[in-house]
Amino acid sequence: MAIFHRALTILAGLGGLVLSGPALAGEGMASPWEMGFQNAASPIMRQITDFHTYVTIIITLIALFVLGLLIYVMMRFNEKRNPEPSRTSHNTALEVAWTVLPIFILVAIAIPSFRLLFAQYDYPKADVTITATGNQWYWSYEYPDEGISFDSIMVQDADLKPGQPRLLTVNNEVVVPVNANVIVDLKSNDVIHDWAMPSFGVKLDAVPGRLQKTWFRAEREGTFYGQCSELCGRNHAFMPIAVHVVSQEEYDAWVAKQKSAQLDSKGKVAAIEN
Amino acid sequence: MAQTAQTEAAHHDDRPHGVTRWLFSTNHKDIGTMYLIFALVAGVVGGLLSMGMRAELMEPGMQFFSNPEMFNVFVTAHGLIMVFFMVMPSTMGGFGNWMVPLMIGAPDMAFPRMNNISFWLLVMAFSLLVTSLFMPGAAGTTGAGSGWTVYAPLSTSGMPGIAMDFALLSLHLAGASSILGAINFITTIFNMRAPGMTLHKMPLFVWAVLVTAFLLLLSLPVLAGAVTMLLTDRNFGTAFFDSAHGGDPILWQHLFWFFGHPEVYILIVPGFGIVSQIVSTFSRKPIFGYLGMAYAMVAIGVIGFVVWAHHMYAAGISVNTQAYFVFATMVIAVPTGIKIFSWIATMWGGSLRFDTPMLWAIGFIFLFTVGGVTGVVLSNAGVDRSLHDTYYVVAHFHYTMSIGAVFSIFAGWYYWSPKMWGYMYSETLGKLHFWLMFIGANLTFFPQHFLGLAGMPRRYADYPDAYAGWNMVSSIGSYIGFAGLIVFLFSIAYTFARKQKVAANPWGAGATTLEWTLPSPPPFHTYNTLPRIK
Repeated sequence: MAIFHRALTILAGLGGLVLSGPALAGEGMASPWEMGFQNAASPIMRQITDFHTYVTIIITLIALFVLGLLIYVMMRFNEKRNPEPSRTSHNTALEVAWTVLPIFILVAIAIPSFRLLFAQYDYPKADVTITATGNQWYWSYEYPDEGISFDSIMVQDADLKPGQPRLLTVNNEVVVPVNANVIVDLKSNDVIHDWAMPSFGVKLDAVPGRLQKTWFRAEREGTFYGQCSELCGRNHAFMPIAVHVVSQEEYDAWVAKQKSAQLDSKGKVAAIEN
Repeated sequence: MAQTAQTEAAHHDDRPHGVTRWLFSTNHKDIGTMYLIFALVAGVVGGLLSMGMRAELMEPGMQFFSNPEMFNVFVTAHGLIMVFFMVMPSTMGGFGNWMVPLMIGAPDMAFPRMNNISFWLLVMAFSLLVTSLFMPGAAGTTGAGSGWTVYAPLSTSGMPGIAMDFALLSLHLAGASSILGAINFITTIFNMRAPGMTLHKMPLFVWAVLVTAFLLLLSLPVLAGAVTMLLTDRNFGTAFFDSAHGGDPILWQHLFWFFGHPEVYILIVPGFGIVSQIVSTFSRKPIFGYLGMAYAMVAIGVIGFVVWAHHMYAAGISVNTQAYFVFATMVIAVPTGIKIFSWIATMWGGSLRFDTPMLWAIGFIFLFTVGGVTGVVLSNAGVDRSLHDTYYVVAHFHYTMSIGAVFSIFAGWYYWSPKMWGYMYSETLGKLHFWLMFIGANLTFFPQHFLGLAGMPRRYADYPDAYAGWNMVSSIGSYIGFAGLIVFLFSIAYTFARKQKVAANPWGAGATTLEWTLPSPPPFHTYNTLPRIK
């Protein structure tokens, strides 16, 4: 029965592929049968997407050109149609051409590539600063300027509420205001982790003993998901990252609420100590 | 040359038997055969591990692995086995040992006894790795689950059990074996060429082995040093990679990839050589742009040493460093392009036959092109920000390694097996094997580009449900590929059962290298009288 069920799933899957065609890019996370990047939600990710499209067109043309040449030589120069092989083994002009032309193509790729790379490292002035610390196997966050800190742990499958995505939902999401420059400082408490957020075009290792810095500016409200992207042991696949992008007012309200909650907990601790 | 071959056939019987012949072997052909058998066994083990992974990934949720760490152990073992115990032993150990002396007209390798120890060290290394699978690794599991890249501190504090030490010592032995092999090849090629066989007359496969031997000789000592540092970090209280005591985990990555990037060329360059021989043979034409082809491999080897940090764009290296590595990495596309176009130009005007080896070689050329151009995408640090450590990378390196290197190995197998064993393989089974693998490999790895673009990280035992579709396709593809492997095993058995004898040169006028002047199989000792090359 299990095999039968599996076969049905495969058929349904393939059928779905044929019917649905290329799926729409996902918002905040991947969508089923997605074939490209998730929707860009930051200026950097938009630049990455454009650059990737540009390079992909070039490489597809190159691959098709090579395929075309191969098919042509196989059709034209097979044993039947060309029983007597030529003895040509040199053609200086041709050899120079296929050395120099690729260089021009590479230059055409390199120029926008360097522009993109340096844009990613052009840190803006921070509106919000967050420290993300990797642990085996969850992320801890701190808002040093607001005095907020919390752990963000994946919600197990059994505890998911309807509509919450499996393996991506966390108990405490990072909250940031829309259109604000967010600087993320990365640290790790044990092994190397990686804070990756596909919709923002962000991916940086959290390395023990180092303080690393990346940034993003989310242009839309909503919840965006990422996952740890450096092998970190048993639960590497189970320490997702969720960023909730909200309006400035909602953000201010959230900060106020978090602050009073954390003060409360500190107050309680103080009371016990007394 | 033909006369010498015939006189040598008379000396057929002076070969040792049993343990003396195999365990103590100093004969390059026997050692080559043992390397091929070894690679075949390791390849089946590595293939079974990948079947385990694809079965788990076929559907979201955990089905086969109760503990995700066990999945990591499979990932690690699959990578290490395929790199060190399948591809390297078959291209360098197997075909290199068999064909380099035959192609340059040398009676044997320069250091036959060192050749023996190279092989048996590798067997020891493999046993250590297999043993590690059953030793305690991370808390509550057996086996080393650090990935083949063994990044510290996951491989130090993250992997307290002894399995990691077994795996590292296995790497050590495999490295020592390869260094000895590399010394042997370099010495043989530089000193034992037959009269008249100048460097610029050597077959391209010999050039490929020479370049690869230099890559091995220069990169593996770095790995050996790094692995030693990791072992002392783990066992003797040093702190090379421990930031809490003044070390740096990134240092491991620099050392590892200084070895690791040349390593990927070690895997593929012999394949370039094999494909060059086959394309020339089955086009009945000399190779186009021979010198360009030879020096393109040299260039790839040299540049391969200065691009290592393109594996580390996400590690936090400075933007200017990244810019340099973008530039250097892109440069590799130029000599690679020269090779692809020269192969096509060799076929251009030729009289092409599509025997099984040629199918594999043409398949290699196109699929390596696909893997190559996605490499150009990944060389851009800016876009690698999105693709690093996703399935896009997995797709890229399997197109070059799994499809590329492995297709060249199968091409070489079908090309040279009539020479090595004296029996013709079955064309039907060979072609069935090719098509199953071609379809299977593409179905497995092409959808992984989509998964990677959509953001699925690699080395994941379970994934968000949106990635289910392409993972299903990928898994089905891998089963088709595995069916191809079974056809291959059957075709070997069939070849040896059918015993269809072949002539010295089954490929006709296109096969111009020296090994085809010898009988099939060649006598135990060849070139007792050195051939003269005009």
